[in-house]
Amino acid sequence: MFFVQKKSPLKLTSLALSSALVLTGCVGEQTTSGDDTTSDTKQVTVFGVMIGEQQEKIEAALAPFTEETGIEVVYEGTDTFATTLPIRVDSGNPPDLAMFPQPGLMADFAREGRLVPLTEFMSLEDLQAAYDESWIQLGSVENVPYGVWYRASVKSLVWYNPQQFAVNGYEIPTTWDEMLALSDRLVSEGKTPWCIGMESGDSTGWAGTDWVEEIMLRTAGPNVYDQWINHEIPFNDPAVENAVNIFGDIVRNEDYVYGGVVSALSTPFGDSIQGLFGEDPNCYLHKQGNFIEAFLPTDINLNEDVDVFPLPQINPEQGLPILVAGDVFAMFNDTPEARQLMEYLASKTPHEVAAGLGGYLSPRQGIDLALYPTDLSRKQAEILGNAEVIRFDASDMMPGAVGTGTFWSGMVDYVGGADAETVLTNIENSWPE
Amino acid sequence: MEFWTRLLNVVLAIAIGCGGVIGLFYLANIAINALPKPWNQRLLPWVYISPALLLLSAYLILPTMQTFYLSFLDGRSQNFVGLKNYIFAFTDRAMLIAFKNNLLWLVLVTGVSVSLGLIIAVLVDKVRYEPIIKSLIFLPMAISFVGASVIWKFMYAYKPAGDDQIGVLNALLVNFGFEPVGWIVEQSVNNFALIAIMIWLYTGFAMVILSSAVKGIPEEVIEAARIDGANSWQIFWRITIPMIRSTILVVSTTIIILVLKVFDIVFVMTGGNYGTEVIASRMIKEMFNYRNFGRGSAIAIVLLILIIPVMISNIRRFRTQEKLR
Repeated sequence: MFFVQKKSPLKLTSLALSSALVLTGCVGEQTTSGDDTTSDTKQVTVFGVMIGEQQEKIEAALAPFTEETGIEVVYEGTDTFATTLPIRVDSGNPPDLAMFPQPGLMADFAREGRLVPLTEFMSLEDLQAAYDESWIQLGSVENVPYGVWYRASVKSLVWYNPQQFAVNGYEIPTTWDEMLALSDRLVSEGKTPWCIGMESGDSTGWAGTDWVEEIMLRTAGPNVYDQWINHEIPFNDPAVENAVNIFGDIVRNEDYVYGGVVSALSTPFGDSIQGLFGEDPNCYLHKQGNFIEAFLPTDINLNEDVDVFPLPQINPEQGLPILVAGDVFAMFNDTPEARQLMEYLASKTPHEVAAGLGGYLSPRQGIDLALYPTDLSRKQAEILGNAEVIRFDASDMMPGAVGTGTFWSGMVDYVGGADAETVLTNIENSWPE
Repeated sequence: MEFWTRLLNVVLAIAIGCGGVIGLFYLANIAINALPKPWNQRLLPWVYISPALLLLSAYLILPTMQTFYLSFLDGRSQNFVGLKNYIFAFTDRAMLIAFKNNLLWLVLVTGVSVSLGLIIAVLVDKVRYEPIIKSLIFLPMAISFVGASVIWKFMYAYKPAGDDQIGVLNALLVNFGFEPVGWIVEQSVNNFALIAIMIWLYTGFAMVILSSAVKGIPEEVIEAARIDGANSWQIFWRITIPMIRSTILVVSTTIIILVLKVFDIVFVMTGGNYGTEVIASRMIKEMFNYRNFGRGSAIAIVLLILIIPVMISNIRRFRTQEKLR
C-alpha cells in the first residue's frame, strides 16, 4: 500500500514514525542481550517469602544449579507474599516458580488451573523416593502432586534456657500437667513463665492459631483434627472450644505471660524469644517453630545457651503429635528451565546445602543428620524424623478466608478478651460455602 | 557502548513519545480539515478528546463496569449470586465494624485537620515566622502513608512496664509515673491512634490551601470591619469564615474522599486487627487475601457509591465558582 500510492505529507510522517519504532525496537533488543557473552542466558524467576538472611540461604542452595546448568535463577523475596502473588498472577505476570509458605494458596491456584502438575515432567517413583507420602499428599490437590517441598518447619517446640533450668533445678516437662506445674512453680517464685508474641503485621494472629492447633491435636487427636480442617465438624465444635480455652488458661493468665495480654498482642513474634536470656530472664518458656532460631540474639551460643523440648502431650491416648509447616515450590510457567529447577529442588543437593547453613530442616528423606551444624537443629530434625503423627498447620490448610482471615483475627480477639464461643461462632459463620 | 545505546534509547523514546502525541493531533487535524464543511466543525472536538476518552474508558470506565458485574458473581466469578455479596457487605460483623470505623475516621480526620488547619492559617497569618511554621506543619504531606505509619509505629511502640520503653509516647508516660499503654492494641484508643496519623499528615494540606484563601480576603473589608469596631473574634467568625467558605468546603470534600480511600495506615499499623478495620482494608482482604472476587467487588462498589455524592458536590461547587469569575 505504501509504495503504490504517491507520497502525501501524511504518509511521510507515518513512515518516519514507524521506521523510528522499528529502530528503537532493535536498540531495545541489543541492550537486553548486550550484557553477556553467551548472548542467550536462560533465566528462571522465583517468587518467595524468604527475605534477609533466609534469602541469602536459599540463594546459596540454588547456586549449584546455576553452576551446573548455566541457568540464572532470579529470586525475588517479599514479606507480603499472600497479597502480592495473586495480584501478579491476575495481571498476567506470574513468576516461573513460586515458593508458597502455605499449601492452601497453592491449592487455590492449582484448582484454577494455573499450576503445572509435577507428573508432567517428573515420575511419581522419583518423587516417592525423595519424600515421605505425607509430604507428597500435602503438596497435592485432588491427588495430583503440584508441590516440591523445600523446607520443613517443626512447630511443636518449647524453647528454654538450659543454664537457667540447671541453676534453678527445673526439669523438662513431659506432660501438659507437668508443664503447668512448672509454670505455677515459676509464678510462686515470683517469676513469669511464658513469653508470647503474636504481632506479625498483616498476618497477626498465627501464633495464636498455632497454639490452638497444637492443643487440638493433643486433645482431640489427628482424625478430629482432619475433620476440623475439612469442615466436617463445625468450627465451633466443643472440641475446638475446649482447645481454645486450654490456650486461654495460659495466654490470658496475667501471671503466666510476661507483660500480660497487651504484651502478647503487641510484641512482634520475632522479638518475644529474647526474653529467655540474660541474668534475670523475663520468662522461662517460649513456644515457637524452629524458624525462630533466625531471630535469636547474635551473642547466643546455639549449643549452650538455648535448647528445645517437644511441646508435651495432653491426652496420653493421642501420643505426641508434631505440628509442621513448610515452604513448597510450584510451577506457573512451563519452560524447560523451570522444569529443570523443579527437578533440582527435589534432588538432595539443595537440601544438603541448606542443612549445612543452619536454621533449616529438610522435609526430604535421606538427608544425613550430621550435616546439620548444631546440636539444636539436629535435635529438631530428630523430633521431626521420629514423629509418629505429623499434621500440617491447620490454618494454612483451611480456605484463605478462614485460615489467613477470621481464624487469625479471631485468635487476636480471643486473646484480647472476647469469649471463646462468640469467636468460634464468628469463624464458623465466615467459612465459605 | 551500552551507555550510549541506552541514551539513544531514552532520547528516541522521549522523541517518539512526545512527537508521537503531537504528530497524532497534527494528523487528526489534517484529516478533519479534509472533510466537507459542516462535518469537520462538529467532529473536531471529538477528535481532540478521543485519546483522553479512550484512556479513561480503558482504565476507569471498563474496570468499573467489570467490578460492578463481578459484584453479582460468586468468589470465583463463576455463578450468579444476585445481591448476596451486597447483603454480606451490609450485614457481616467485620463490615459493620469497618463502616463504624470509617465514620469515625470521616468525622475526626476531616473535622480536626480542617479546623486545625484553619486555626493555624489564621493565627500565623502575617506573623514574622510564618514561612517556617507553615513549612514545618506542611512537611508531613511529603511522607507517604506507609512511611508515616512506620514512623508512628515507633511512636506508639509498647514494652511491658519495667522494660526500657522504645516508643516516645510510652517513654513519656512511664517517665511521669504512669503505666505504658498498648496504643495500637487496646481497643479503647487504637482507632484514635491511627486517626491521629492521618490528621498529622493532612493538617498541613488544609492549612496551606486555607491560608492562601485567608490571604485572598481583601484588606479593605477587614479594615472596614475594624473601623466599625469589630474585634478579632468577630472578624474571624463574621468575615474570614464566610469569605473562605467555598475553600473550606473544597478542602473538606477532598479530605473526605481521601479518608474513604484510606487503607495503607490500617494495613501497616494493625492489619485490620483489634477492631480497626476500615472499608478499603476490608476490600483488599476479601479481594486479594481471601480471593473472593464477588465480595471484594461488592465492597468496592459500595465505596464508589459512598464517594459519588461527595464528588458531585465538589464538581458543582467548582462550577459555581467558575461562573462567579
